[in-house]
Amino acid sequence: MAVEERDPHSGYLTTGHEWNGIKELNTPVPRVVFVFLALTFAFSLVYWLLMPSFPVGTTYLKGLLGVDQRTAVTEELRRASASRAAWARRIETADYATIRADPNLMGLVRETGRPLFGDNCAVCHGTDAKGGPGFPNLTSGSWLWGGKPEDVARTLQVGINAAHPDTRASQMLAFGRDGMLSREDVDAVAAYVQSLSDRSVSSGPDAASAAAGAKVFASKCVACHGPAAKGSTSIGAPDLTDAFWIYGGDRSSIRASIWGGRQGHMPSWEARLTDLDRKILTLYVLDLGARAP
Amino acid sequence: MIAQLTIQERQSALMILGGLALAGLALAVAGGQDLLAAHGWLTVVCALAGLFYVISGYFEPEPSPERLARYYDEPTKAGVVIAMIWAIAGLFVGDWVAWQLVFPDLAFEGAWSSFGRLRPIHTSGVIFGFGGNALIATSFHVMQRATRARLPDQITPWFVLLGYNLFCVIAATGYLMGVTQSKEYAEPEWYADIWLAIVWVTYFLLFLRTLARRQEPHIYVANWYYMAFILLVAVLHVVNNLAVPISFGSAKSYSVFSGVQDAMTQWWYGHNAVAFFLTAGFLGMLYYFLPVRAGRPIYSYRMSIISFWGITFMYMWAGSHHLHFTALPQWVQTLGMTFSVMLLVPSWASASNALMTLNGAWTKVRDDATLRFMTVAAIFYGISTFEGSFMAIRAVNSLSHYTDWTIGHVHAGALGWVAMITFGSIYALVPKLWNLDTMYSGRLVELHFWLALSGTLVYVFAMWNSGIIQGLMWRSYTEAGTLSYSFIDSLVAMHPYYIARAVGGLLFLLGALVGFYNIVMTIRTASAAQDESDAPVLGAAVQAGE
Repeated sequence: MAVEERDPHSGYLTTGHEWNGIKELNTPVPRVVFVFLALTFAFSLVYWLLMPSFPVGTTYLKGLLGVDQRTAVTEELRRASASRAAWARRIETADYATIRADPNLMGLVRETGRPLFGDNCAVCHGTDAKGGPGFPNLTSGSWLWGGKPEDVARTLQVGINAAHPDTRASQMLAFGRDGMLSREDVDAVAAYVQSLSDRSVSSGPDAASAAAGAKVFASKCVACHGPAAKGSTSIGAPDLTDAFWIYGGDRSSIRASIWGGRQGHMPSWEARLTDLDRKILTLYVLDLGARAP
Repeated sequence: MIAQLTIQERQSALMILGGLALAGLALAVAGGQDLLAAHGWLTVVCALAGLFYVISGYFEPEPSPERLARYYDEPTKAGVVIAMIWAIAGLFVGDWVAWQLVFPDLAFEGAWSSFGRLRPIHTSGVIFGFGGNALIATSFHVMQRATRARLPDQITPWFVLLGYNLFCVIAATGYLMGVTQSKEYAEPEWYADIWLAIVWVTYFLLFLRTLARRQEPHIYVANWYYMAFILLVAVLHVVNNLAVPISFGSAKSYSVFSGVQDAMTQWWYGHNAVAFFLTAGFLGMLYYFLPVRAGRPIYSYRMSIISFWGITFMYMWAGSHHLHFTALPQWVQTLGMTFSVMLLVPSWASASNALMTLNGAWTKVRDDATLRFMTVAAIFYGISTFEGSFMAIRAVNSLSHYTDWTIGHVHAGALGWVAMITFGSIYALVPKLWNLDTMYSGRLVELHFWLALSGTLVYVFAMWNSGIIQGLMWRSYTEAGTLSYSFIDSLVAMHPYYIARAVGGLLFLLGALVGFYNIVMTIRTASAAQDESDAPVLGAAVQAGE
C-alpha cells in the first residue's frame, strides 16, 4: 500500500514506495530535459534530411545535400594533388643537378622529405639518418652502392637483397663459421682490417697479427674489397679504410663480421612510394650528407 | 562456506565440479599439443580444488532453517574481496604498460610481457575482473534488499561468482600465452565464451527467480538497471562471439562475420558493453548506494523512467560512431552519430537525478569521503557522456579518432565514473556486510579518495593534451601541400604526456592498495563481531529461499 509523504527539504511528495529505506520523490521532470530532448531530436531530424540516413529496402535515403564520403575523399585527394602539381612537375622533370642548384626547390625537398623520411626510412636509419648497428649512416658520404643521385635512387627503387627482381644483391661469406679461414686467420684479418682505419693497431702488440692478416686479406678478401680495401660500389662491398662501420669498428664486431658473414637487407620502395617521393627522398638524403658537418 | 549449503546443494556442487573436471579433461585431451590443453588442465585443477573443498566440509551440520529469515550475503562478501584483488592486478598491469609506452624496454624476455599481450590483461582485468565482480557482488546485495527476498538458494550465487572468475582467469592466462580472437574487449576464445554464456544465463535466471519472489509490489530502479545489464550483456556476448573453431582440439576460431560486418558487429558489441556493462550496471549501484548513503529520497522517479528508457533505447544505435570515415556505409555512421547526440539528454538526466538527490545532504558530501566518491562519480559520468556525444560528431571525430583523446575519454569514464562509484559503493557496503558501523579507517578512505581523484585528473588531462596535439600534428600540412610531421614526430611529442599518464595511473593504483588494506583491516576487526546478515528494516518478513 502506497503511503505518500511530503519531503520536508524539497516540499515534493514521495511516490509512496519504499525499498529497504530508499524512497523516491515524485518531482516532475524539469522542462529543460524536454527542451534538450526536442533540440537534439530536431538536430538529428535535420541531419537525417541533409545527409545519407535510414535504409530503404536495398538502398538508403541519400540526403538533400547529396554528400557521399567516398566521392568527397576522392575529390579532396584530387584537389590536394592538383595543389602540389606545379612544384611536383618541376621536381619530376628537372635533373638532379638543376634541382640541387635551385634553393626554392631544395626548400621544398627539405620540407617534404623530412616527414617522408620519418615515416618510411627512420625506423631503420634513425630520424637523424645516422643509422645504428646493422643500418648504415646516410650522412657519412661512405656509400655501399654509390653516392651519385642515380645510384641512391636505384637503391631506393630496387632495394638490397630485396624481393624486387632487379634487386641489388650482395653477401659477405661466413669465412670462419663455414671453415674457409682458421680461427687464427680470422683473428689476424680482424686485426689487419682494424689497422686500416686505426693506425695504433700496427704499432701496438697486435702488429705481428695485423701483418699476418694482410697476407690472408690479399688472398681471400681482395676479390670484393679490392687490394687497397677501398671496397666496390658496384657489388656493395664496403670501404674498410674509413671511419664508418655498419656493424661496428671495434675488434670483436669486425671479427664477428668475418666469422659469421653479413647480408644486409633494404626493401624495394618501387611499389610503396611514387617516383616523385623517391626522387624527393634521394635529394633529401644527399642533402643531409652535404650539410652534415 | 560449505556449512551454509544444504546436503542436496553439497551433492549438486559435487556433480557440477565433477562435470567441470570432466569437461576440462576433455579439452585437455582434445587439445593435445595445442594451447587449448593448458586451459583444459587449468579447469581440471580448479574443479579438483573445488571438489576437495566441498568434500572436506561435506559432513558439517546442515545450516539451520533460521537462515531463511535473513539475507544471504556470503557470496557478496567474497565478491567484494575478489573484485579488489582484480582491481589491484588490473591497475598494476595498466600502469606497467603505461610505463612501457614511456620506456619500451620495460619488458622481460619473451612475448608474454610485450605490450600487445599485457594490454588485454589490463582491460579485461579492470572491466571484467574488477567491474564485473563488483557488479555481481553488489547486485546480489541490492536484488535482495530492493525485493525483500532472500536469494532463492545457496549454490547458484556461488556458481555464478566462481564460474565467472574461472572465465576471467582463463581469459587472462590465455592473453599471456597469445590466445585471443583479436576483438577488443571480447578477446577470449570460443570455449571461454561458451562457459561465460552458461554462467551468465544462470546469473540471469537467478535474478529472475529472486525478482519473481519479491515482497515489494514495485521493482526498484536499481534492479531495472541490473536486469538490463545482465540481459543485454548476454545478448551482446553471444552474438559478437559467434565463431567457428578450426577444430574442437584447437583454441583458435574464426568469427562468422567478416569485413565491415565484423567491424560493425564488434563495435555494436563494444559500445553496448560500455552502455550495459559500464553504464547500466553501475547506474544500478549508484541508484541504490547513493540514496542510502545520503539518506535522501531519489530526486525524481519520473526522471529515472525517462533516463532508463532513453539510455536503453538510444545506446543500441550508437556503436557505428566508432567507425566514422571507414568502409562502413555512411548512412550507418549518420545513425550512430545522431543517436549519440540525442543520448546525451537521458545520460545527463541520470547524472542530474543523482546530484539533485544530494540536495539536503551536501554537508554529508563535504564530510563523508564515501559519499564524495559517489558524487564525483556522478559528475564524471556527466563529463564523459558529454565528451562521448561530442566525439561522436563526425567533424570532431575526424580530429579525435585514433588519438589519445579516446584513451582519455575512456579513462574519464572508467576511472572517474566506474571505479569511483564502485569504491564508494564498496565503502558503503563493507561495514554493513560485516555488521560494523564504519570502515576500519575513515582517514584512509579520505586518502584513497584524493589519490583516486588526483590520479584520474592527471591521467585525463595528460591524454586530452596528447590526443589533441597528436590529432593536430597528423592533419597539419606544409604550404607545399604535404604533411608537416611524420608519425614518429608525433610520438616524440607524446613523451612527456605519457610520463604524466603513467604517474596518474600510479596514483590511482596506490589509492586502490590503500583501499584494499582498509577493507582487509575492516574484515579482521569484524571477525570478532557478530557475523550475521541483516533482516529487512520494516520488520516485515523476508521472502525465504526456495
